[in-house]
Amino acid sequence: MSLEFDEKIHKTLGDARLQQAIYTSTGRLKEARINIIGANALPDYQELRSQANALKKHTIDHLDYYLEQFQRNVEEHGGNVSFCQDGTEVADFVLSLARQRGARLIVKSKSMTTEEIDLNERLEHHGLESVETDFGEYILQLAHERPYHIVAPALHKTRYDVAEIFHQRLHIPHEMGIEKQAAIARSTLRQKFLAADIGISGANFLVADSGAVVIVENEGNARLTTSAPKIHIAVVGIEKLIPRAQDLATFLKLLARSATGQALSVYTSILSGPRRGGEIDGPDEFYVLLLDNGRSKLLANPDRRQSLYCIRCGACLNTCPVYRKIGGHSFPWVYSGPIGAILTPQFMGASHEPGLPFASSLCGACAEVCPVKIEIPKLLLELRTEVRKSRLERLAFRAFAWLMRHPGAYEMAGRMAASLTPSGNRGWIGSVPAWLNVGPIRAWLSQRDLPPPPSQSFRQLWRRR
Amino acid sequence: MSREAILQRVRTALGRSAGQAAPDPPPARLSISEMSAESRIASLLARVEALAGRGLRAATAADVAPIVSQVLANRSAVASEAPYLAECSITQLPGVRSGITGRDELRQLCATADVGITSADYALADTGTLVMLSSPQEARMISLLPPAHLAVVPSDRVLSGLDELFSILPDPAAATSSMVLITGPSRTADIEQILVRGVHGPGEITVIVVG
Repeated sequence: MSLEFDEKIHKTLGDARLQQAIYTSTGRLKEARINIIGANALPDYQELRSQANALKKHTIDHLDYYLEQFQRNVEEHGGNVSFCQDGTEVADFVLSLARQRGARLIVKSKSMTTEEIDLNERLEHHGLESVETDFGEYILQLAHERPYHIVAPALHKTRYDVAEIFHQRLHIPHEMGIEKQAAIARSTLRQKFLAADIGISGANFLVADSGAVVIVENEGNARLTTSAPKIHIAVVGIEKLIPRAQDLATFLKLLARSATGQALSVYTSILSGPRRGGEIDGPDEFYVLLLDNGRSKLLANPDRRQSLYCIRCGACLNTCPVYRKIGGHSFPWVYSGPIGAILTPQFMGASHEPGLPFASSLCGACAEVCPVKIEIPKLLLELRTEVRKSRLERLAFRAFAWLMRHPGAYEMAGRMAASLTPSGNRGWIGSVPAWLNVGPIRAWLSQRDLPPPPSQSFRQLWRRR
Repeated sequence: MSREAILQRVRTALGRSAGQAAPDPPPARLSISEMSAESRIASLLARVEALAGRGLRAATAADVAPIVSQVLANRSAVASEAPYLAECSITQLPGVRSGITGRDELRQLCATADVGITSADYALADTGTLVMLSSPQEARMISLLPPAHLAVVPSDRVLSGLDELFSILPDPAAATSSMVLITGPSRTADIEQILVRGVHGPGEITVIVVG
């Protein structure tokens, strides 16, 4: 585990207000989900999960076919599809289109995929204004923070934090009421929507047989983003394909229930191409940017491919005993919680944060709530084998193995340890001498404790019997 | 360029070759529950109310306009060009603007009107959902920009749920460039998981089922 990961975790654990915020919000989301998938509310929940898993498996296993089918159908409806290898290609596409159309203002609806490639920063670097319009994302953009949670990005913020952020950034008096804060965001962003040249969205699903982009949301900002400006660009990972529009009946029943405990989110938009003949409003231009950014690399391993089934509902975060303690910002990349722990090493490499696959008790709660049945604990175990242990750790384990094979030396080491260890408190060692408590040893010990060795070992007691 | 590179990487990873077909996906899972027309309507209205919307019923098209007047309560409104609204004499009501065909004019009007009035192509009984297909008659902004949305739906358009919708419309893209499912008023719970309505879309929603 890196010191940075360790420090972020301890900072979160030591912040009582933050602990309360994470625990309350994830608890509410968790309960809402349980209530709406119960036998009375959704009797065929398990069958739906199996169907969703089978559909995702089928689509991912034949992804090239569905990507091509999707592209044909989008183009048939007058839209455009471009494939992008990474964030640079996405930004280049948007920048060149903006230059051609003389566009300056971009409104954005919430998208984890664009977080993955820091799209706002890239666009702003080139002089475009790119405004997040989801209430939580808007607050985070003002505060220069990244999302804390896949579904509830500002889960760690209280109304008092928001009042302070609005005061600092919008230069308005402190406003503590959440409803009033939402009204401030609404009126500020309304002006942006009406003036924006381009709307950038993500997507929850891409429907191959109809060439449709499907976006699920509660606020209406995604509807505004995709229908008020004259240009709509959807930036979507290549794994979001599903075969048929009819499969939405399965996925839509699972997504909102798993995410927020709603039967359906307030708005589900199924969009295919620009406005058609005679329509008064809607975009004139419609682009879908299919982003790889490492996804095709994941496909090569048939066992790990299932990581790409994820529909980003966030249920695994809400139920995870580790996420609920260490929070979203402790995680080293944009995706947090159990799904983040399996996506990050595969996208960024095992050495990005070697401690990540170990930040789990393997309790299995994530797999139990996953609507598409990703075997997260199994993948975590597999990813652990890829983490290269440090030289010191390997040396320590080799020494331990040697000790275990040499009873005499083991006994001596035990006696030495007993004499060196402070008496500790409440039956634990608690701390080690300061000269030992440094660098990697400190990081290793920060997560582990032992009862102090007894003053008399079992062997000594046996001999004196 | 990137298209071929990405597709080729995907094919190599999956052990597939260019142009190779895919077997049929698992059959779609659509199970349509038997529901009488009356229980559909009752469920729809109850679900709308449970979502903090208002669910109302008119016996005939002739009874709709007085109900709409009451809901409007002298507020300004903009109505879509849906023929059904004219049939229900809503477009003739005082304070209701309709017949706008320019994008900018419609947008300005929607940004200032108190209520947007539309029909809906379908409604879903089990979730309290309105299904709106955008068309020359049904513009997107009317159900989106004003702080209140009122929808008038003929009772024979009330479906049991998503499964029935997607069996009637297996390919929504063939029918429209935009199909939107609306389930209750706009909401957010981004801060402290406290529910706030009307954050971007309408915070007030009224559904009138006719017949």
